[in-house]
Amino acid sequence: MASRSTSSPTTLGSGVGLSDADLLEMYRLVALARALDERMWILNRAGRIPFVISGQGHEGAQVGIAWSLQKGHDWIAPFYRSIATCLTFGMSARDIMTAQYATADDPSSGGRQMPGHYGSHEHNILSVSSPVATQLLHAVGIALAARIRRTGQVALTSMGEGSSNQGDVHEGLNFAAIHKLPFIFVVENNGYSISVPAARQVSVADVADRAAGYGIPGIVVDGADVLACYAAARAAVARARAGDGPTLIEAKVTRLTGHSSDDQQTKYRSAEELAAERGHDALPRFRAQLRDAGVLTDEILERLTAGIAAAVEDATDHAEAQPDPDPAGATCHVYADDESAKPVSDIDLEPG
Amino acid sequence: MPVRTFIDAIRETLADEMRRDPSVIVLGEDVGKKGGVFLATDGLWAEFGDERVIDTPLTESLIVGASIGAAVNGLRPVCEIQFADFIFPAFNQIVSEAARMRYRSNNGYGVPMTIRAPYGGGVHGALYHSQSVEAFFTHVPGLKVVVPSTPYDARGLLRSSIRDPDPVLFFEHKKMYRSVRGEVPDTDYTVPLGKAAITHPGTQVTVVAYGLMAHYALEAADRVAEEGISAEVVDLRTLRPLDTETLLDSVRKTGKCLIVYEDNKFGGYGAEVAAIVAEEAFDYLDGPVTRIAGPEVPGVPYNHVLEDWFMVNPDKIAAGIRALAAY
Repeated sequence: MASRSTSSPTTLGSGVGLSDADLLEMYRLVALARALDERMWILNRAGRIPFVISGQGHEGAQVGIAWSLQKGHDWIAPFYRSIATCLTFGMSARDIMTAQYATADDPSSGGRQMPGHYGSHEHNILSVSSPVATQLLHAVGIALAARIRRTGQVALTSMGEGSSNQGDVHEGLNFAAIHKLPFIFVVENNGYSISVPAARQVSVADVADRAAGYGIPGIVVDGADVLACYAAARAAVARARAGDGPTLIEAKVTRLTGHSSDDQQTKYRSAEELAAERGHDALPRFRAQLRDAGVLTDEILERLTAGIAAAVEDATDHAEAQPDPDPAGATCHVYADDESAKPVSDIDLEPG
Repeated sequence: MPVRTFIDAIRETLADEMRRDPSVIVLGEDVGKKGGVFLATDGLWAEFGDERVIDTPLTESLIVGASIGAAVNGLRPVCEIQFADFIFPAFNQIVSEAARMRYRSNNGYGVPMTIRAPYGGGVHGALYHSQSVEAFFTHVPGLKVVVPSTPYDARGLLRSSIRDPDPVLFFEHKKMYRSVRGEVPDTDYTVPLGKAAITHPGTQVTVVAYGLMAHYALEAADRVAEEGISAEVVDLRTLRPLDTETLLDSVRKTGKCLIVYEDNKFGGYGAEVAAIVAEEAFDYLDGPVTRIAGPEVPGVPYNHVLEDWFMVNPDKIAAGIRALAAY
């Protein structure tokens, strides 16, 4: 088997400061996120897990953008499609899969939240909730604290174009722009808010146009172009660290699945449209790009693919074997001191 | 011992906590140079500067949402909602986010944040500058809700709130800001959250109140004492977590319970107090658990005659005590 140390370096990533090793790891993350996601749907259809919400079609943009941040230092406030973002920022395949099974050791929530609501204190990944766009304000607050505490951290949040219509987005962008906070707003525009097309959700062709209203850069990037996403995010991170303020990055991605396992998108999207969407998938495009450049050889691809398959198997087996949370612990962590969390009327009725 | 107004106690405590702990910041509308519309933050901007005393845009959701993020990343924000009436744009951030962060992350993240908000009527504030909003929040596990009634308690409870690891709503009755004075020691004392106080011992009727109503309850207790009725006033101080022990001990002693609150009666905080008393002290009751509260209209009307009609006052409370004592 050829090892990478014997290959000559290519120039594919050199323009944006990425080594071949970086590119291969980025590809592995895109492919791992896809493989985990596909496994989740199989498990759902097999009746093993009740719900799936997917990131398929978003992975290239997520890896390209998250790669620009410093793991364990910067912050991410993700959303429910952010599997690849969370993997890039340090969560493992097991972490993602235990969230699907809602096991006791699920690091996102200990089995308390629906699948897709990822989070990891260990990795500065904020806990996801279900009301959309609320996390933008949290990321702005994290950036504010970073500024006040002089930590040098950047906070990034991401959401879909439908969520970007929420009032919290306006309130947060305005404040972040006024104070030039180290903040990055990523819109992963997949064209649909559940069933409603973007044209009925957003009054302009590009959400990025709205950045002008806050006096910040609004960048549109092809979400199937991993390196373009990375380059846009890298510039935004540099701006943020330099004290020049926030950036809005809109990545045009695609949604290869229904909104969730409870949605049937053929009801509102034509077969032709869905087939065309497949052509906007970052995974085969990135693979071809790396192969053409000589970064990804057959041998490396074989090794990576085998490693990913093994990781998905391991994560599934691990999650299958983990116990459910104990209901005895369900009253814990309402407050920092659980004593005060006792329900006020949790009483034994004595006969009168 | 120094005597302070209610608002002096708030302002001095904010300044003390900011001096003591560099992670404490203040943010809200007009809290900077102006010092807040009630001057609760007056002087903080001059002492601590732009970075720790932040004038926000008119964006209540941002005020709370950014405070959540700042709390997650190592600060202890004390944010001000200019009037409790304007807290509803932030309801989602408070209820869906701040209250649930610790639980939903399985203790991964906590939100050490204090939300201060002036509340209450009797100040010619009409529908949108008079509301009592506590019941919307006392319902929510994960939140703590504090309503002090004296400068001493305001100081001790605000210290505890700021130092608490979880989100606290701290409601200040705006009519008390300058009308209520009291002794406040210069020491670093705290008043623990979740502890009520017996502010007027008595034997025949327990009167449960908080905030401005705790003062009116004392006036009413003095009034009926002249008629030979002994009322015990329980000032709850913290509404969530509720000090059920002090509440139930008092009711078990007196056998009668009158709950006073300024908000409209239906579904108000007093309903929960009444339910707990009925569930846990039924065998001790010698009369119906009763409530004196606001009328069922959607806000305090402006005209002074209408406002007087709306407001609970010592007369109404005294009448309630008499009726219950005679039962």
